[in-house]
Amino acid sequence: MTQPIISVRGVQHRYDRQTILKDIKFDIVEGAFVGLVGPNGSGKTTLIKLLLGIEKLQKGQITAFGHPIQKFKNKGRISYVSQKANSFNRGFPATVKEVVSIGIVSKENKQTKENLVYNALKQVNMESYIDRNIGDLSGGQQQRVFIARAIVSNPKLLILDEPTVGVDSENVEHFYRLLSKLNKELGITLVLVSHDIGAITTYVTDLLCLNKTIHYHGDPGDFENMPDEQRSKLYGHRIHTITHDH
Amino acid sequence: MIEAFINYTLLRNTLYAGLLVGLIAPLLGVFIVVRRQSMIADGLSHVTLAGLAFGLFMQKKYTLLMFTPFHTGILFSVIGALIIENLRDVYKAFQEIAIPIILSVGVGLSIVFIALADGINTDIYSYLFGSVAAISNQDLTLILWISILVIAFILTFYKRLFALSFDDEFARVSGVKAKTLNFFFILVTALVVSASIRIVGVLLVSALMTLPVATSMRVSNSFKQTIVYSIIYGEVAVVIGLIAGYYFEIPAGGTIVITSALLLGLTLLLKKVQLVLTIKKDDEHAA
Ligand SMILES: Nc1ncnc2c1ncn2[C@@H]1O[C@H](COP(=O)(O)OP(=O)(O)O)[C@@H](O)[C@H]1O
Ligand SMILES: [Mg+2]
Repeated sequence: MTQPIISVRGVQHRYDRQTILKDIKFDIVEGAFVGLVGPNGSGKTTLIKLLLGIEKLQKGQITAFGHPIQKFKNKGRISYVSQKANSFNRGFPATVKEVVSIGIVSKENKQTKENLVYNALKQVNMESYIDRNIGDLSGGQQQRVFIARAIVSNPKLLILDEPTVGVDSENVEHFYRLLSKLNKELGITLVLVSHDIGAITTYVTDLLCLNKTIHYHGDPGDFENMPDEQRSKLYGHRIHTITHDH
Repeated sequence: MIEAFINYTLLRNTLYAGLLVGLIAPLLGVFIVVRRQSMIADGLSHVTLAGLAFGLFMQKKYTLLMFTPFHTGILFSVIGALIIENLRDVYKAFQEIAIPIILSVGVGLSIVFIALADGINTDIYSYLFGSVAAISNQDLTLILWISILVIAFILTFYKRLFALSFDDEFARVSGVKAKTLNFFFILVTALVVSASIRIVGVLLVSALMTLPVATSMRVSNSFKQTIVYSIIYGEVAVVIGLIAGYYFEIPAGGTIVITSALLLGLTLLLKKVQLVLTIKKDDEHAA
């Protein structure tokens, strides 16, 4: 078994009045494609903000690449596509190139930067939009630009918080295939957050069901084969079997 | 009338100060506009007014003083910035509440100090509406230093400021120290506001920081372009506004902002015409 790149033990978190997360324990191994699912308000965003170190750890331990999260220096190893990325200020005057450049963490010369940006955009098939204004793109195209920004510094781990909200179902399928490609071809470990347990079980290698605490962690296939009632209980919300025709 | 500006040292100083302010106000303004913080400039300018009034009062009371109202204005503006940062920390969920608090306290203090300094006089009038009145060598030097500091700050932190403005969470994940950078940003804003008041006045500082940016955003594609065009629009408005203000004996704030608004109107109109023409051309192609 390889050393996990993320390890979470006994994590608890509360905002002013309520406890949002309790007794959270799981590992993420290198190369995994983890689906983190749970109903709205189940604490998914809070949990990943803890992993990213932008929310302060209150109780328990989180280690990232062997370092306690409080002392971890990221240097581009963990990258992020935030939930807010869908709701950014559309009038923001910036080109696709400028947006993707934000993700470059090291000091590079101009030519190297241009190459990095171009290659990242190529990975998401958006290289021909490099000089376009970010606000002129469709929601799905913007989402791919944000992925390019997140992978431009070759991260080991990429965390995406509900990236498909507002993307139509046909593009969602494209999007998941793109993530699979990043996972398999570039070897980026992925954590995909979703409140919709539907399609993602086809793509992920590990399923994590969160609702205040982890209710299920394991193979997505095993989860799919359980009776509806048991799955609903683990997911923490009603689930109906949706038949996929593929 | 242009000769007047070139031939008289003090007027020349005003023109130089105007050119500096026409550069730094829109430069910083771009970041303020995209971060939706236009109100901060208004809050700080009213605190600066309190500082200016305090300086006038002190001058009246103790005639020989080391510092001028301009100095106390800068001081109050910086203190106001620190208080805004602090209030934002206290009211995390209602950060915008800091502005009305600081603005109203600024106006309140201004009224008190103006009354203590024996009421409205011409100085207060020019602080409110701006002026083409002479700027001393000392004041010009101070505005020059402030400008150098602001430009150095933006050049050094350009990438981090851009990242933070676009998406603060992503910036923080990639290692931008958001809290520290925000702190310095608001301090720099305080300096720009107090320097700009010398030219456009308390009531119109935020206009000089936002109008050129609003115009520029209509015609530019990239963020860098937005900055360059904002500065150009700002400089054009300041130069035309100062000359017109001198010629017609109108406070510079009025003439500068009206020039700026005309530029905005003209740009919007040209954009509209351009759009209509392209649609027409496309139709002809289709036909
Ligand atoms: N900054 C905050 N302060 C107070 N409560 C919060 C904050 N952020 C989230 N919450 C609350 O914590 C709960 C979990 O939120 P979140 O982690 O965003 O869930 P999810 O991403 O699964 O929808 C929700 O009830 C939400 O209202
Ligand atoms: Mg969420």
